[in-house]
Amino acid sequence: MQRLRKILESYQGKREDIIPVLQDIQKEYGYLPENALKELSKYTGVSEGQIYGIATFYAQFRFKPKGGKHVIVCTGTACHVKGSDQIIDTIQRHLKIKEGDTTPDHEYSLEAVGCIGCCSLAPCIMINEKVISKIKPRQIKRLLPQKS
Amino acid sequence: MNFEELVQEAKKEYYSIFQGELPAILIGSATCGISAGANEITKVIEDEITRENIEARIIPVGCIGSCYAEPIIGIFKGKKEGVLYGPVNKNLAKKIIKENIMEDKTVKENILGTIHVNEAGTGGSFFESDFMRLQSRQILRRCGLINPEDINHYLATGGYTGLLKALEMGADEIINTIKKSGLRGRGGAGFPTWLKWNLCRQSNSQEKYIICNADEGDPGAFMNRSLLEGDPHSVLEGILIGAHTIKAKKAYIYCRAEYPAALKKLKKAMKDLEKIGLLNTEIVIKKGAGAFVCGEETALMASIEGRRGMPRTRPPFPTTKGLWGKPTVINNVETFAAISLIFQEGVEQFSSMGTESSKGTKTFSLVGDIKRTGLIEVPLGTTLKEVIFDIGGGIKNGENLKAVQIGGPSGGCLPASMIDTEIDYDSLTSAGAIMGSGGLVVLSDNSCMVEIARYFLEFTQRESCGKCVPCRLGTQQMLLILNDIVQGNGNPEDIETLHEVAETVKAASLCGLGQTAPNPVLTTLKYFMEEYVEHIMDKRCPAAYCRELMHYFIDKERCTGCMACLKACPNNAIVGVENEPHFIDQVKCLKCGSCMDVCREGAILKVPGPG
Ligand SMILES: Cc1cc2nc3c(=O)[nH]c(=O)nc-3n(C[C@H](O)[C@H](O)[C@H](O)COP(=O)(O)O)c2cc1C
Ligand code: SF4
Ligand code: FES
Repeated sequence: MQRLRKILESYQGKREDIIPVLQDIQKEYGYLPENALKELSKYTGVSEGQIYGIATFYAQFRFKPKGGKHVIVCTGTACHVKGSDQIIDTIQRHLKIKEGDTTPDHEYSLEAVGCIGCCSLAPCIMINEKVISKIKPRQIKRLLPQKS
Repeated sequence: MNFEELVQEAKKEYYSIFQGELPAILIGSATCGISAGANEITKVIEDEITRENIEARIIPVGCIGSCYAEPIIGIFKGKKEGVLYGPVNKNLAKKIIKENIMEDKTVKENILGTIHVNEAGTGGSFFESDFMRLQSRQILRRCGLINPEDINHYLATGGYTGLLKALEMGADEIINTIKKSGLRGRGGAGFPTWLKWNLCRQSNSQEKYIICNADEGDPGAFMNRSLLEGDPHSVLEGILIGAHTIKAKKAYIYCRAEYPAALKKLKKAMKDLEKIGLLNTEIVIKKGAGAFVCGEETALMASIEGRRGMPRTRPPFPTTKGLWGKPTVINNVETFAAISLIFQEGVEQFSSMGTESSKGTKTFSLVGDIKRTGLIEVPLGTTLKEVIFDIGGGIKNGENLKAVQIGGPSGGCLPASMIDTEIDYDSLTSAGAIMGSGGLVVLSDNSCMVEIARYFLEFTQRESCGKCVPCRLGTQQMLLILNDIVQGNGNPEDIETLHEVAETVKAASLCGLGQTAPNPVLTTLKYFMEEYVEHIMDKRCPAAYCRELMHYFIDKERCTGCMACLKACPNNAIVGVENEPHFIDQVKCLKCGSCMDVCREGAILKVPGPG
């Protein structure tokens, strides 16, 4: 709550601040917690429904916490041509979650995004901001080890 | 210090890098470099320098364009020409420090060419190399050769002289200059920039805005990002010239949130600009939130206002009713950089390049099945053939060119037979593609054209904001059909239906997203009809790409029975014993390709047809 107040108070609470505030909240918590949105609604006077409307419109916002290791798979054009579909498939099968989800033990979460900027080394994935390029399906098991 | 003195100081500092006594090491540290390992290389170099007790300068620079050769480093020592190396791994980095810096010998490995930089300009064998020869680096002239976070490097190379010239001119003269240059917007549609500025200037309002569109939504393109990371001041300068011309109250830069490095460099640049007293208009950075449709100008403005980013009908155009209902100019990142180029280097230089109707140069992100990928800049009117075969070095692994996808989700696929097409706004449009903002994906025989159309449609369908019915339902319907076709469930009528829906969506959608979403479908139908037919009638994917319409197959003649594939298969679909040919259980096969990766004999083949 302390952290949330600080974020809110760094803005004037105008309508145009909503998206930047949501971005700050997500940066702080890794996702948009429900009560944070409630507080934001109170602070700005914009209804909760409308805030949800805005937040769900933009792909950047997540409503579930990230896992300890956040795995991003590039599905940009270059990576797609080089088989990013197989990579996503393999990861989903390996972690037993779908794109956009987090594993029950909160170890991993999975997200697909557009070009991450290393098309010349496609296909690529990112594990907590570290890029792994020219990735092959068979590397997945080793890259994403599971506890059990 | 006045501006002249600032520039003198800056020049002394900047050019000393390339002529000074102290060795200088330039390291390509844009996103492409970092993803290829530039940070690790920097660390190795720093360690070596400390260990060997060498005095040297390390200068992080942007992308010089040769992304295929990242990580790239440039070594400048004494008065000799610098040497550009890439790709550089840790061992090569150590060797370069030891031999090139300490012993003054050029290492004969992975040399991209030599470079010299002085007040008269840049040159060297790098610029004569196959990758660079046909390029004309104007917009990108500083990228890779300056530290984007050091304003002195920008000032030393003519930076902000364009703004100062413009500040002396009246709005009329500025607009006339741009008109003479022939500059058309680089965001996709190619609208004449002078006209847009003039319309806004003539709008009657005390409150006007200017916006830089840095939302770069094409999922396979990175021109704007590279420019912002490599030379952020050139974009700011263009924005300030625009703000002065239309008398904007405030400027906004709407930048993708996924571009943290670009955002950081922009912020630093704005701070430095303020310090030297040239930031005469407030500039606010807004981060996008991951919606492709927000690249559309009216949606972008809705997003800045804190609403859902949905387009609205035009007219009224932003130049009369834009941000908060006030007259607004919105231009692409590269358009603004072109403005500063025109005012720094003169109109004649700009308009001497290009074709009659498309002046200047254009940057492209060149990717796909090509030998040399990267960020390129060519005069408009260059042919696709020159880009693919001369600059890009042709198709990888001895395969053949099948098509070029140009313009991303709004663009189209042109077949190999059309590679003599010149890259300019009008030639591409009449071929069914668009210039777009600069995504250029080269596709070999291994690509399936139906699947490419499906991929882009999946993208536009997901990104459709849903406001108007033709786009929302039409993209969905086309996607369903294409999904069926690539999965082997297509019907002969599908082609007709696709055509009809595509034409409707094109004609009846509200914004550019919907209006252009059918382009990938229409161009592939036009140029690659036989692939559709084969998917639908024969249930086979001729490129052996679509998973349901291809299978993996072990060539008995080549298989040595080494068991590598058997171990690599995640689903135990490969059967066999040591030293005897293995075979694949097609029912269990997941078609992940792991076996093909590990086979050293080339015994595993992709074959059209479901197997
Ligand atoms: C769906 C859609 C996405 C767009 N994305 C971008 C973009 O990422 N960058 C951009 O500069 N323009 C984009 N545009 C074009 C803008 O609406 C606008 O025309 C452009 O920013 C004007 O700049 P220019 O005149 O300098 O080209 C997009 C248009 C549509 C319809
Ligand atoms: S064409 Fe598509 S993206 Fe554009 S307004 Fe209509 S529904 Fe939205
Ligand atoms: S498409 Fe994946 S990094 Fe560019």
